[in-house]
Amino acid sequence: MHELMLAESVVRLVEDTARQAGAKRVTRVRLALGALAHVDPDALLYCCELVARDGVAAGAVYEVDRPAAEAWCANCLRIVVPAAAGASCPDCGGFELDIRAGEEMRVIDIAVA
Amino acid sequence: MCTTCGCGHGQVTINGRAARPTRSDAAPRAGYRAVAPLDAVHAPGLDAERTLRIEQNILADNDARAARIRAQLKTQGIFALNLVSSPGSGKTSLLVETLRRWAGRAPAAVIEGDQQTANDAERIRATGVPAVQINTGKGCHLDARMVAQALGQLQEEGALLDRSLLLIENVGNLVCPAAFDLGEAHKVAILSVTEGEDKPLKYPDMFRAADLMILSKTDLLPYLDFDAEAAIAMARQVRPGLPVIRLSTRDDAGWAQWLDWLGAGLARAGA
Ligand SMILES: Nc1nc2c(ncn2[C@@H]2O[C@H](COP(=O)(O)OP(=O)(O)O)[C@@H](O)[C@H]2O)c(=O)[nH]1
Ligand SMILES: [Mg+2]
Ligand SMILES: [Zn+2]
Ligand SMILES: [Zn+2]
Repeated sequence: MHELMLAESVVRLVEDTARQAGAKRVTRVRLALGALAHVDPDALLYCCELVARDGVAAGAVYEVDRPAAEAWCANCLRIVVPAAAGASCPDCGGFELDIRAGEEMRVIDIAVA
Repeated sequence: MCTTCGCGHGQVTINGRAARPTRSDAAPRAGYRAVAPLDAVHAPGLDAERTLRIEQNILADNDARAARIRAQLKTQGIFALNLVSSPGSGKTSLLVETLRRWAGRAPAAVIEGDQQTANDAERIRATGVPAVQINTGKGCHLDARMVAQALGQLQEEGALLDRSLLLIENVGNLVCPAAFDLGEAHKVAILSVTEGEDKPLKYPDMFRAADLMILSKTDLLPYLDFDAEAAIAMARQVRPGLPVIRLSTRDDAGWAQWLDWLGAGLARAGA
């Protein structure tokens, strides 16, 4: 996935927010990366640190929430938790899954000083 | 993953000329909502840490641009497709043959994405259909900003007509293009029979994002041990109910179905 480009978006959101608030330094960045998000979290954080190194968010600590996957199984007729994109229903083994949650990629908040 | 690809936007060109920034790039960004720290103990003399809520999608910028493109296309009744596949699965050949067989039905235009060269746009123009070449430089997918610029170019040329077909060939890559909305009506994933049946399981995001799969180069099936049924079953594992059209640019297989699908989509566009 396109981690460097995503990291540029993250750092832009973070720096703009910090600047508008008149903050001198960003100490913490909290991200939500769903369990099924099209991203490799380690690679994304590595890229974020790289992209942010000359700005107000240099050296910030990253925290990552991983909202669970949720899918509607047309066979079980209820919400189940698939292990990965393309994985089967953990209960019936079927693939009639409609993914309802777990793909999000958000910047939740930042701590600034 | 592309930490090595270094996709900056600096090297993007549209028909060989440097892409210029759009006005919205310079516009101030969306505001934030400052929230007081929940239970901040105020240590006198120290800078208290504050929490600023952002709650924004990382791709919000691209998604907003894509939404504007979608709205514009809808107003004009343009049916736009985003063709995604590995390099070499036959996207450009499919487009050339589609335009040949589509001729006379409704106007069409093409946006070609590749890292380098204008070869594909030239192959399209040879059919008489207007085409814009986007070169992404080191970038490995198209994004909504590039497509907006290409649409501007088509408009300048008077080539973006009401009730027409807009075919966008994405950069050959089964990974990144899945995440980037270009404002299209549908992503169409192309899987050629020389690629191996299990591509949909290896690259599930792309097949899950698609609304149609074209199984291409079916003329080669007799020479391969590719199991078409297995490939389709695997694609439907990641995208239940995914419609599939089997097609070859070397014979008539699948063409009536594909042209009907395009015609039906165009009839619905703008409605
Ligand atoms: N046998 C056969 N070869 C094809 C077919 N479609 C494309 N090709 C060949 O596959 C190669 C890559 O095609 P191209 O359209 O450039 O793929 P792209 O990279 O996805 O745009 C070329 O050599 C084409 O001639 C087909 O239906 N049958
Ligand atoms: Mg091509
Ligand atoms: Zn990439
Ligand atoms: Zn089930």
